[in-house]
Amino acid sequence: MATQHSRAAARLMISPAVLLLLGWMLIPLCMTLYFSFLRYNLLMPGMEEFAGWTNYRFFLTDPAFMDALVNTLLLVGGVLVITTVGGTLLALLLDQPFWGQGIVRILVIAPFFVMPTVSALVWKNMFMNPVNGLFGHLFHWLGLQPYDFLSQAPLMSIIGIVSWQWLPFATLILLTAFQSLDQEQLEAAEMDGAPALSRFWYIMLPHLARAITVVILIQTIFLLSIFAEILVTTNGGPGTASTNLTYLIYMQSLLQFDVGGGSAGGVIAIILANIVAIFLMRMIGKNLDA
Amino acid sequence: MARAVTNRRKAIITVAAWAVGIAIFFPILWIVILSFKTEGDAIRSPLEVLTSTWSLISYETVLERSNYFRHFWNSVILSLGSTVIGLIIAVPAAWAMAFVPGKHTKDVLMWMLSTKMLPPVGVLVPMYLIFRDLGLLDSRVGLVFVLTMINLPIIIWMLYTYFREIPGEILEAARMDGASLRDEIIYVLTPMAVPGIASTLLLNIILAWNEAFWTLNLTAAKAAPLTAFIASYSSPEGLFYAKLSAASTMAIAPILIMGWFSQKQLVRGLTFGAVK
Repeated sequence: MATQHSRAAARLMISPAVLLLLGWMLIPLCMTLYFSFLRYNLLMPGMEEFAGWTNYRFFLTDPAFMDALVNTLLLVGGVLVITTVGGTLLALLLDQPFWGQGIVRILVIAPFFVMPTVSALVWKNMFMNPVNGLFGHLFHWLGLQPYDFLSQAPLMSIIGIVSWQWLPFATLILLTAFQSLDQEQLEAAEMDGAPALSRFWYIMLPHLARAITVVILIQTIFLLSIFAEILVTTNGGPGTASTNLTYLIYMQSLLQFDVGGGSAGGVIAIILANIVAIFLMRMIGKNLDA
Repeated sequence: MARAVTNRRKAIITVAAWAVGIAIFFPILWIVILSFKTEGDAIRSPLEVLTSTWSLISYETVLERSNYFRHFWNSVILSLGSTVIGLIIAVPAAWAMAFVPGKHTKDVLMWMLSTKMLPPVGVLVPMYLIFRDLGLLDSRVGLVFVLTMINLPIIIWMLYTYFREIPGEILEAARMDGASLRDEIIYVLTPMAVPGIASTLLLNIILAWNEAFWTLNLTAAKAAPLTAFIASYSSPEGLFYAKLSAASTMAIAPILIMGWFSQKQLVRGLTFGAVK
């Protein structure tokens, strides 16, 4: 068993990490909370004063907030549906024996390693550009009117781009889960005459449930913070059509220099993210005991 | 006979899987193709693009004109620097938690994870002001620190799940034979921990290389890594397809190769050990 001596050593080894993370979390968090109750604009230095709940009231009643909230939910929800359904189907396909499995796997996971600014710009220019993009050329061939994806359906286009980035992640995790499936159980079901659909529904899906939950929770954490993709494609526009909460707070703080309002928005974003985080932490915590 | 895979079935699945795989990979393939075209050819129709001559001119222009190397170098320093510093802090911490677990080890681990759940935009304003007041805006030092801190929980968690797989009996045996804590670490643990540390290193370089919130918000020209440099192509300059493609290809190639090597660790690292 661990001795007194090694316990003290252990504590010493953990402390730098703990102290750094504590500072990293608490200092900015307290500042955000503090600023959120101040009237504080960087363009008017020295005019800071206590403002009570004014910032929150303004932020929450701003029509842009409701738009951004709805957009955030649509963005997160849309990408989650596409990636989990697509990822499950894709994992099911890739789990079958076929020639060149290793190479196809490499092709499928590649988008995950492309930096967000590159993938967004590639889709924006090389595919969605109504004149020179590949979709533009395709529409031209088919004799259709050119369609400007990012100005006519900005949010849907961004959902598409982000789904392309995250589909590999879902696929990879679900594929890993498939591979730990008990093959004998499947064979037994097949011998007993269970059709493919019920085998999927009653054996595979319950086995995948845990992995799917993890995919959904982890992606949600990242998807709530989508920023670069919006910045380089639409700038949140037209109007607020593709502004999510992260982008709205960014605009308020760094483009309008409204420290107080941006901070109030930040606190609201933290609360929203925490609701998801609680569920995720519970799942991971359970795994730690096992 | 039930599970015998007929060749016909295998062939059908092969065709389907390859079709999907190529479709998903296609955008990357397309920018690689465009990067070897001239600006005029790159915006033609797909068939004309494929049949036009190949050229290195876009790479030459990008490298000549735009301080490309500085941004590439920034990316290297930021991702390597933050990962190495992160490992220096994380290895002792993960080691201690894996081998000398105390009453609160689990709570500490969960709390570290919870710092990762904090949305970056929630602390954008204070970070920006702190950076401004300390003169760290657009500096590599400041950004290395931020990237270290945002990835530290992942590093600790990954190392922890690897270290926990090292059997404790080996350590006890070494201790019985009179090995000191130092000997234990150098001769017993290190050789067994190296694979785990290596995969952690790899995954974190990838994450830091592609980080695109803080790098976009806290840099301008001087310390901007490739993520921010590429973002500058979102202006009308993005209409220069061949140059954008060349810059993008060079920005993603190294990380794509590393990513392919670390695909197994990716699952473990990004799910905090919840899926293995």
